[in-house]
Amino acid sequence: MKKFLIALLFAPVLALAAGGNVHLDKWPGSVSDKAALQNGAKLFVNYCLNCHGASYMRYQNLKDLGLTEQQVKDNLMFASDKIGGLMAVAARSDEQKQWFGATPPDLTIIARARGELGNAGAGADWLYTYLRTFYQDNKRPTGWNNVAFEAVGMPHILWELQGTQVMNHETHKLELAVPGKMSPAEYDKAISDLVGFMVWMGEPQQEFRRKLGFGVLAFLFVLFLLAYALKKNYWKDIH
Amino acid sequence: MSNQGKMDCGRRRLVVATAAVGGAGAVAALVPFVSSLLPSERAKAAGAPVEVDISKLEAGQMMTVEWRGKPVWVINRTKEMLDSLPKLDDQMADPKSAKDLQPPYAQNETRSIKKDIMVVVGICTHLGCSPSSKFKRGAEEGMPADWLGGFLCPCHGSTFDFAGRVFKAKPAPTNLEVPPHVYLADTRILIGEDKKGA
Amino acid sequence: MAGGTYEKYKSDGSIGGNVLEWVDARFPATSMWRGHLSEYYAPKNFNFWYFFGSLAMLVLVIQIVTGIFLTMHYKPDAALNANGVPIAFASVEYIMRDVPGGWLIRYMHSTGASAFFIVVYLHMFRGLIYGSYRKPRELTWLFGVGIFLVLMGEAFFGYLLPWGQMSYWGAQVIVNLFGAIPVIGNDLSILIRGDFVVGDATLNRFFSFHVIAFPLILLGLVAAHILALHETGSNNPDGIEIKANKDENGIPRDGIPFHPYYSVKDIVGVVVFLMVFSAVLFWAPEGAGMFLETPNFYPADPLKTPPHIAPVWYFTPYYSILRAVVWNFFGLDAKFWGVVAMGASVVIFAFLPWLDRSPVKSIRYRGPITKVMITLFVICFFILGYLGTQSPSPMGELVSQICTVFYFGFFLAMPWWSRMDKFKPVPERVTMK
Repeated sequence: MKKFLIALLFAPVLALAAGGNVHLDKWPGSVSDKAALQNGAKLFVNYCLNCHGASYMRYQNLKDLGLTEQQVKDNLMFASDKIGGLMAVAARSDEQKQWFGATPPDLTIIARARGELGNAGAGADWLYTYLRTFYQDNKRPTGWNNVAFEAVGMPHILWELQGTQVMNHETHKLELAVPGKMSPAEYDKAISDLVGFMVWMGEPQQEFRRKLGFGVLAFLFVLFLLAYALKKNYWKDIH
Repeated sequence: MSNQGKMDCGRRRLVVATAAVGGAGAVAALVPFVSSLLPSERAKAAGAPVEVDISKLEAGQMMTVEWRGKPVWVINRTKEMLDSLPKLDDQMADPKSAKDLQPPYAQNETRSIKKDIMVVVGICTHLGCSPSSKFKRGAEEGMPADWLGGFLCPCHGSTFDFAGRVFKAKPAPTNLEVPPHVYLADTRILIGEDKKGA
Repeated sequence: MAGGTYEKYKSDGSIGGNVLEWVDARFPATSMWRGHLSEYYAPKNFNFWYFFGSLAMLVLVIQIVTGIFLTMHYKPDAALNANGVPIAFASVEYIMRDVPGGWLIRYMHSTGASAFFIVVYLHMFRGLIYGSYRKPRELTWLFGVGIFLVLMGEAFFGYLLPWGQMSYWGAQVIVNLFGAIPVIGNDLSILIRGDFVVGDATLNRFFSFHVIAFPLILLGLVAAHILALHETGSNNPDGIEIKANKDENGIPRDGIPFHPYYSVKDIVGVVVFLMVFSAVLFWAPEGAGMFLETPNFYPADPLKTPPHIAPVWYFTPYYSILRAVVWNFFGLDAKFWGVVAMGASVVIFAFLPWLDRSPVKSIRYRGPITKVMITLFVICFFILGYLGTQSPSPMGELVSQICTVFYFGFFLAMPWWSRMDKFKPVPERVTMK
C-alpha cells in the first residue's frame, strides 16, 4: 500500500501525458448560437457517433436546438433509431478496444470532464485545441499524433476537412503539409461549432438555468427587503 | 402565545406581506420536486406509440404487440366473428359501449375504426389477468355449447366477445379497453396515438 | 426555560382552541412551544456569528428533502449498462436530463453539501471565539463534535454514489487507510468494502449508510445538541451568563424571547443565505471545480487512476495532516500514524472545554495571546486546506508539517497559553457591540 501512495506522488507525470501543460487555444464560440450548434450537431452525428457514444442524450432533445422533429429525423438520425432513443454508438466496445487500444469514451459530458479547477471554460478550450492539432506521425499505429493529447489512440477522423498537418521539429509548430477540403479558417469555424455542440450537450438546460437564476435572485431580493423591514420592526422593541 | 397583546397595523401588514411573498416562493420551490414525480423522458420514450404491420395478418388470426408494458391484441375478424356481435347484444353488460373505455371513433358496433380489424388491450378489466382466446364456436375449447367465440379470462371466469365486450354477470365490470390508435396506411397501425405526431 | 413546567392550554372557546386544548392534555405542545420558542430567553446581543446554527438546520432540511427525491431516481449499481457505462453514473445523468426538474434537485444537493460545511465551519468558529464550549455547555459542544464527525462520514459515503473517477479513487484511498491499522487493518478494510477492492458491494452499503443510517444518527444528534443547549441557555458574544441577572419574574434581564425576535431575525439570515446559495446553484454549480469536481464527470474506471486524486475541499485540511506524517514510529508505518493524526485532529476539538483555562470565555475580553493563537490557527487551517488540493511536493510537505505542529500545539498548549494570557474585566450586562 505504501507503494500505491508513493505511486500517487508520481501521478502528475500522467497528467502531462494527457496534455496537462499544453497551451490551449480559447474556444471562440458561444452556447447561445443556435445555428452554430445545429451545424455542430450535424458534424457530430456524421463523424463522431460512429465510434463515440453520447449515451445520456436523446435524439428528441436535439429539437431544443431549434429543429422540428422531422428535421431531426431527416438529418440527424439513422433510419433504425427512434426519436425518443438514446444516442448510443453502434460499434461494440470490445472490438473498439482491439482496434484502438482503448474504448472511445462517451462524449455526452466530455466538455465538463475536460474542465480544470478554477476554469469553467477549459473543457471547451481543450476540445477546440485537440480537434485542430492532429499531425502525421509514422511512429504511431494510426499514423497520427496530437499536441493536446500525446500518443492518442484516435486517428484524425476529420483529416479530409482539415488537410494533413506535420510537426516542424525545429520550431515545434504544426504546419499544413497537404490542404483539405476546408480552408484553415473554415475548419476552425467547423470545429468551433462542433465543440459548441459538445458544450451544449454536456448540459442542455444551461441557458435556462442561468436565466432562471436571475428570476430567483430578483425574487429573493424582494423577499429580503420585506424580511429585513419585518426584523427592524420587531427589534424596535429591543434597546 | 406571546404576552405582547395585539399586533399594531404596520407590523401586521409586514407579517402578512412577508408571509405572502415567502409562501409564493415556497410554492414555486415545490415545482421542481413535484415535476420530478411526473414520467421522465425515459418513461415517456418507453411508453411511446408502437407501429404494427398487419399486412401478413390473415382473417381469423390474432397478433399481440406490447404497448406501455401491456399486451395489445390486433385481430383480423372474419365475417362469422363479426356476425356474432349483434346476436350477443342482450347478453352484454354494456352492449353500446356507453362506459368510457374506448376513443370516440371506436364507440360503435364493432368498437373499431375498420370493421374487420379489432385493436384492444388484452387485460381483463376485473383484476388484470390476460384472457385466453377461445375463438372456436361451441364446446370444442371447453366453453358452453352456445359459445359464439371470444375470450375467457382464466383467473375468475370473465368472458368477452370479438369486440372485447364483457358478458353480463361476470366479475369484470367493463368492456376491454380500446387504446388510441390511428392507421398510418391500410396495413400499418400506430398504437398509442390518435393523430400523427401528437 | 427548558425543564420548567408550563400550565396546560385553556381553550378560548374557538374550534382551534378546543383542538389545541385536547392535544395539549395529551402531548407537550404548548410546553415545547413555550420552552423552546416563545419563552426561551436568548441573549439579546447575538451578532452575525449567531446565524449559522439555524442555517445549519436549514441546510440539513434541504439535503434531506432533495435527497429523498434523488433517491427516487438514483440506482446504486456498479454494473455496466448496455452502453458500457456504470448504471449508477448513468442514473445521475438520467436525473440531470430525463427527470423533469431533476437537474435543479441535483444541483441543490451538491451545492447543499458544500454549503453544509461552510456553515458548520463558521458555526464552530463562533463557538471557538466566544467560548461557547465552556462550562456549562460542554455537552452541547460534545454533541456538536459528534455531529461534525457524522457529517464527515455522511459526506464521504455520499461522494461515492455518483460513481465517478474521483468518487471511486477517493473511496479507494481512504478505505485503504484503514489497512494501516496494525493486526486488524486488512480485514477491517475488507469488512468496510465488502470486497477486496471498492466495488458494487461497497457502493450499495455506502448508499444505505448515506440515505438512512447516518441521517438518522444525525437527526438524533441534532435534537440532543439543541436540547442540551436549551437546558443551559445560549452563550453570547460577551460570554456573560445572562441567567445570573434575572428580574423579579425570573426572566433574564438581558434575555429576549427567541420567538418572535430571533425567528424574525433568522428569517433574514435564511433569505440572505438563499441568495448566495442560489447564485452558486444557478450560475456556478460546479463551484469552479470545487463543488462538482471535473474528474467526476468520468465514470469510475478501476483500471485507470486519475492523475490527481484529491478529496473534496471540505476534507482537504485533514488530508494535509494525513500526508504530513511521513516517519515510521515504533515499527508502525508512517501511513498508520498519518491516520492517527488525521483522526486526532478532529477528535481533539472534543477536549476544548477542558483545555481552555482562561477565566474569561469570550475573545472580546481576552488578551493578545488568544487573539494571535486563534488567528494563526485559522491561517493554518486555510493553508492546510489549500495544500490538500495540491499534489504532494517537498515544499508542500514541509509547510503542512509546520502547520500540523501548530494545529496540535494550539490545542495541546492551550492549558498554558490560555492561563498566561491577560484578560479584561467582563461586564455585568451584555454589550450591544
